[in-house]
Amino acid sequence: MTTETGIGASVRRKEDKRFIIGKGRYLDDITKPGQTYGYFVRSPHAHAKINNFDATEALNAPGVVAVLTGPDLEADGIGPIICGWGITSKDGTPHKAPAHPALAIGHVRYVGHQVALVVGETLQEAKNAAELVEIDYEELPHVVEVGDALAEGAPQIHADVPGNLSFDWELGDKAAAEQAISNAHHVTRMDLRNNRVIPNAMEPRAALSEYDMGTDEITLYTTSQNPHVHRLVLSAFNGVAPEHKLRVIAPDVGGGFGSKIFIYSEETVCAWATKKLNRPIKWTAERSEAFLSDAHGRDHETHAEMAFDSYGKILGLKVSTKANVGCYLSTFASAVPTYLYGTLLNGQYTMPAIYVEVQAGFTNTAPVDAYRGAGRPEATYVVERMIEIGAREMGIDPGEIRKRNFIAPDAYPYETPVIMTYDSGNYALAMDKAQEAIEYQGFEARKAESAQRGKLRGIGYSSFIEACGIAPSAAVGSLGAGVGLWESAQVRFNPTGSVTVFTGSHSHGQGHETTFAQIISDQLGVPIDQVEISHGDTGKVPFGMGTYGSRSLAVGGSAIVKAVDKIVEKSKKIAAHTLEASVEDIEHAHGVFSVAGTDKKMTMAEIAFSAYVPHNYPADVEPGMDETAFYDPLNFTFPAGTHIAEVEIDPETGTTEILDWVAVDDFGNVINPMIVEGQVHGGLAQGIGQALLENCVYDKESGQLLTGSYMDYCMPRADDLPTFRVQTINTPCTTNPLGVKGCGEAGAIAAPAALMNAITNALGKEIDMPATPEKVWRAAQDL
Amino acid sequence: MPTVSMTVNGKQVSADVEPNTLLVTFIRENLRLTGTHVGCDTSQCGACVVHVDGNSAKSCTMLAVQAEGAEITTIEGLAKGSDLHPMQKSFQENHGLQCGFCTTGMIMTAVDMVNKQDNLDDASIRKGLEGNICRCTGYQNIVKSVKAAAQEMEG
Repeated sequence: MTTETGIGASVRRKEDKRFIIGKGRYLDDITKPGQTYGYFVRSPHAHAKINNFDATEALNAPGVVAVLTGPDLEADGIGPIICGWGITSKDGTPHKAPAHPALAIGHVRYVGHQVALVVGETLQEAKNAAELVEIDYEELPHVVEVGDALAEGAPQIHADVPGNLSFDWELGDKAAAEQAISNAHHVTRMDLRNNRVIPNAMEPRAALSEYDMGTDEITLYTTSQNPHVHRLVLSAFNGVAPEHKLRVIAPDVGGGFGSKIFIYSEETVCAWATKKLNRPIKWTAERSEAFLSDAHGRDHETHAEMAFDSYGKILGLKVSTKANVGCYLSTFASAVPTYLYGTLLNGQYTMPAIYVEVQAGFTNTAPVDAYRGAGRPEATYVVERMIEIGAREMGIDPGEIRKRNFIAPDAYPYETPVIMTYDSGNYALAMDKAQEAIEYQGFEARKAESAQRGKLRGIGYSSFIEACGIAPSAAVGSLGAGVGLWESAQVRFNPTGSVTVFTGSHSHGQGHETTFAQIISDQLGVPIDQVEISHGDTGKVPFGMGTYGSRSLAVGGSAIVKAVDKIVEKSKKIAAHTLEASVEDIEHAHGVFSVAGTDKKMTMAEIAFSAYVPHNYPADVEPGMDETAFYDPLNFTFPAGTHIAEVEIDPETGTTEILDWVAVDDFGNVINPMIVEGQVHGGLAQGIGQALLENCVYDKESGQLLTGSYMDYCMPRADDLPTFRVQTINTPCTTNPLGVKGCGEAGAIAAPAALMNAITNALGKEIDMPATPEKVWRAAQDL
Repeated sequence: MPTVSMTVNGKQVSADVEPNTLLVTFIRENLRLTGTHVGCDTSQCGACVVHVDGNSAKSCTMLAVQAEGAEITTIEGLAKGSDLHPMQKSFQENHGLQCGFCTTGMIMTAVDMVNKQDNLDDASIRKGLEGNICRCTGYQNIVKSVKAAAQEMEG
């Protein structure tokens, strides 16, 4: 049953009110009495030894409270920043993750590396004093590109990591892939560069820490996608405070895209320093600091070989990737280019043999970690560029070659050669609908019309797949994860019938306050304005693993369903008692409990009231209506779809205009179509940004970040983007109770390949991302 | 420290500020009107847009003392009591926001655009939003929101 506020309805967002009137509560909007301001002294060098550190003058500057350094942290027993996922190399050795103190000790290893925290009574005083800190740096040779870092004779970044190699990992059957390649009718071979990008959530990272001497409790307000994970890591590994004496609050958070998953230096230092100084400390990143020190994304150098038979059927795929992980392994950095990448190289196709090897190299750059899609965009880029180029080389239509290779709709569950089991999908249907929407048959005529105007028109496909709903704990545990990836939910009826849901998922733009409320409204018949979703506070929410990997609805939403199941079960007992029937005879639908075959019934509100005022109540049932559930997913979910981009290039200027974009995505069941569409739009903008505009560049010579502001790093703006035409097909996920697959990352995963396929189709030659006007112009002019 | 006086959301305000205090800092820190946001340090993102004497302005590009005597409207002053401005309503109705951080600047820019231009089409709206960065929405629903509000405002 779809009601106006139930599952399947485009309910307008409950959370919007506070944002549109300027009453959102982002980190920097919060102040505490007696608050001080933190400012970080950062390395101006890509790689240097610290010979001397002198804060004498800074400490004497007006308003300075303290200058804190790495040795201070170490003396207080604060542990280094950790990587939470262990990867095993081909030779059986564990990945190398050099110690990463939250403030540099002895060496700095990238421009922006945190060296000291200056705490001042005002921000201006902290900044002024920071300029007075004298550091004697001895510059060392540096390297910023992963290929260079892994080459013979490269500058050595960490004494205990020979050759800058963190790990050399593999997955799949090498012999089978090589045999497929050697026996193939045709082999497509390509070098592909997945360019480095910077996430750029519009709210910069920030922290506000506060210590209560009376309770010995530290409260850390921070821009986090997963406050409980922050609490766990800061307690268990960094030793900032025992878990029960640390409260982490992520209030309204202005976007994340992965970059706010991680446990960073600045937040860790603020959490520690507040107790040391017994003063609240606020630190808000300036945008320049965000560019320098937020975890970056992507940055792969890949060689791929795809083998085909004469009909265009894929026989095998062999991929060799060098992944830049920056100067240290960030929280989930090791998982991104391995289990979130290699496992998706099967795409939507039947591929008998796949082999992937990934060398992760340290460089003198900011850490690289999960960014919207995290590994899966890189995988889709390889598969969807390779099949497209293979089609061109073999003279097969790019849509047709995909159809010849799609896994059939009746082949599920489908086990891939790279350890994933797809539960459901209908890839050909998405393709058909996308081709129909873009009027593929008319493309050649449109291309000819463009040519008459001297323009180059191109069309490009991307039939992407991703693994979302991250993730079954046992599965990820066996692959090296240091955590479980379940989710929790607490559904609490108040005596008056309203509901508060405490979820471990965290909304930083996704609209959970609406989507989750729709689930409650739908299943328990509660008016949606009577449902409050509470998230982001370890002091309120029982537990949580947070929001990333398009997991909130599939995992967090399923936890809510499980808690609702417990509410229903208990309510049936109360209804049976009150209505003088047996529990087996009580039927439930949308919050109405009735005795089968009679007109006797009770509403959820009446039952909730009775649970708190249990005057006439079953003896064997506890009072109260407040249930908690933990949900551990049975499998990943596998959203998939086909996107088709159509572009027109002006060969005289090299500018690319995106004329049309069709997306047909299978997200399983959809709770709120309006929100889902919005998620797709946003993902597309980021994927298009990567392919067309955005590029993180470190200068090889100096190691400086050249793209360190919005003047230099090209963010997509309103007039860079087209109007997207988005639709969904819905094959329900078979492994979670809602049948949902997740939609947050799809656009970012699908878009780069579709756009580059379109641009290279128009140009008739290969170029790498981003397809800037200069690059496109050179290609168009045969320069 | 110089004293600066201006009218903010119809209220006369006055404070002693350091001469290098930005208007956005004055609004956020002195007046505690935190709906105006800071998203960058190069005047590129537009999260801090307010109206100064009826014109949209990035409040990070102005010193507070430059606003001496000015009439400032921030996002908090846009609604008439609990009666939301059509642009605010339209952003909610058309899902023109996700994380909400750029939204207040986006709304202030859009209101000024609609006040000054008639017959806005998609292309001119996109052009007009060029100074405001959103990382969440891909702009499509922002454009839709502005267009719908423009129709209502032009009535």
